[in-house]
Amino acid sequence: MLRYIASRLLTSAAMVLAATLIVFLIANTVPGDPVLTQLGDVAANNPEMVAAYRHKWGLDLPMWDRYEIFLRGLAHGDLGTSISSQRPVLEDIEQYAPATVELSTVAFLLSVIAGLPLGVLAAMKRDSWVDHLARGVSLIGVSAPTFWLAFIMLAVFYGWLGIAPGPGQIGADQFPPPDVTGFMLIDAPLAGQWNTFWDAITHLILPSIVLAAATVGLITRTTRAAMLEALSQDYIRVARAKGLFRRVIMLRHALPNALLPVVTLGGLAYAQLLTGTVLTETIFSWPGLGRYTFQSAVILDFPAIMGVTLVVAMVYVVINLVVDVSYALLDPRVMRR
Amino acid sequence: MSQAESAITDAVAGALATHETGSGANRRRRWRRRYGLAALGAIVVVVWALLALLAPWITPYPPNAVNVAGRLTAPSAAHWLGTDELGRDVLTRIVFGARTSLTVGFTVVLIGGAIGTLVGGVAAYARGWAEEALMRATDLMFCFPPIILAMAIAAALGIGTRNTVIAMLVVWWPKFARLARSLVLGQRSLEYVAAARTIGFRPTHILFREILPNAVGPLIVLVTLDLGNAILVFAGLSFLGLGVVPPTPEWGSMVSEGRELVSQWWVATFPGLAILTVVIGFNFVGDGLRDWLDPHARRR
Repeated sequence: MLRYIASRLLTSAAMVLAATLIVFLIANTVPGDPVLTQLGDVAANNPEMVAAYRHKWGLDLPMWDRYEIFLRGLAHGDLGTSISSQRPVLEDIEQYAPATVELSTVAFLLSVIAGLPLGVLAAMKRDSWVDHLARGVSLIGVSAPTFWLAFIMLAVFYGWLGIAPGPGQIGADQFPPPDVTGFMLIDAPLAGQWNTFWDAITHLILPSIVLAAATVGLITRTTRAAMLEALSQDYIRVARAKGLFRRVIMLRHALPNALLPVVTLGGLAYAQLLTGTVLTETIFSWPGLGRYTFQSAVILDFPAIMGVTLVVAMVYVVINLVVDVSYALLDPRVMRR
Repeated sequence: MSQAESAITDAVAGALATHETGSGANRRRRWRRRYGLAALGAIVVVVWALLALLAPWITPYPPNAVNVAGRLTAPSAAHWLGTDELGRDVLTRIVFGARTSLTVGFTVVLIGGAIGTLVGGVAAYARGWAEEALMRATDLMFCFPPIILAMAIAAALGIGTRNTVIAMLVVWWPKFARLARSLVLGQRSLEYVAAARTIGFRPTHILFREILPNAVGPLIVLVTLDLGNAILVFAGLSFLGLGVVPPTPEWGSMVSEGRELVSQWWVATFPGLAILTVVIGFNFVGDGLRDWLDPHARRR
């Protein structure tokens, strides 16, 4: 097992490195020029200033030298300096990541809490109204554009009904708690700011629902299919023949077996949530990585984009690894192969 | 048994199953249950395609006709879906927007699908180091979520529909490569491939003329299901300002233009509904196609 994990980690590291190479190549083959997006019109027309700027950011070096510099920095835990914020990219990421982790974790919990029971019920009462409801929910969740859903939610619950707070992580009347962990939901109670804590929770509701919309559907669908698959197995027929209660058959016999594919999907869904916050964060003015990525991409802040890509690729790879390992732990047959 | 093989045997089983006997009414009811939603989806898609095709002749106003005096008017007899901030007719712009969305959706999915099929098919047929290299490259692309990469590329290439399509293509082909590889792997050990080889056909002929036509079913399903997805991603990029150049009517950027207008809800709501219906339409059609090609997966 440990050997399996170690070999997987090694290939994963190679994959992540290769991923940075791809982004680097793309960044260098596309015609966009960060200098022109960064400098004003006047400065961009002044060759001296452009040259100085290029030199400052190492843009005058040959491509491979720059990649070498990037790798050397990486070995020392240095992701370079963001062109727009003028700060180390790692610091930027450390600052913005907690808000994204908070948002996507809440969204993930929401989708599991809603999707798992809905999927199980839909499979138990196939073709009933629960089944149709589950199908409708997942269909709309998967098909509705995130940004539109966000607009509708904000318009209805914030604009018209006024029962939900507007965009942002906390209200304008709240002071952010002193930065200890970076997580609003941890720092606020630590500082004893319970009002801020409560305010932060209410601010999480709309964006996490919007973010969860697509994953609820995925989890419902997969749970339903896995449950139906499990229910068609012989051991269920045996359990039924033994005269066990329906509830026992469902929850003790079928569900644990149906959970395997759901675990895989859940892991992927979490990775998707963590990295798919761009639109939601942009609309809800959420100070997270998604919005940071968008802002960096628009002004071609390549050090920042490289840094985010690296982090994102690592998240993907690590979550995939965790999923595979938990799969092996949940299903002993996997290891025997 | 591989996916592809089972897909084929299932298709045969499905063909046989349709010969089941039953009264006409029964058969119709069964058909409706099986393909009713698919037919509905097809109708929605066809209606949107017709609207897109006929846009200049059926819309009451030019799409970019600015009328500042009549800005932000609520839905009325003159403007069924109201007007936006510049007084442009929302309905007209939605109908014209269908042109962009459908064109981009089909372009991305068809070209991306072709590239992916080529990569996956060649990898599976060649085996050896070529397969290793091609599939590792494919795995790599799965390391990052498509939208981040597409966003960076679109921003770097400059704003414009064509550039956004290019950016999307860069991230779009890998899933098709994976599927095509598994399909071709399933076919290449079958007897007809051995026969084709014995006859002396060239490898390109065997791959493209013999194997791929036999493996095309699941690829078509993925293309259909993916169309909605492509339309969603493009609308998302447009919403962020990385898609079409204004004032081109496009659904994502229309929602973006109306995002602050809560009391003028019609500006952002209707373009979003347009996206929703067309995506649901493609999903229904895709689901129906999958059920038809693989009856075992039906009702799952």
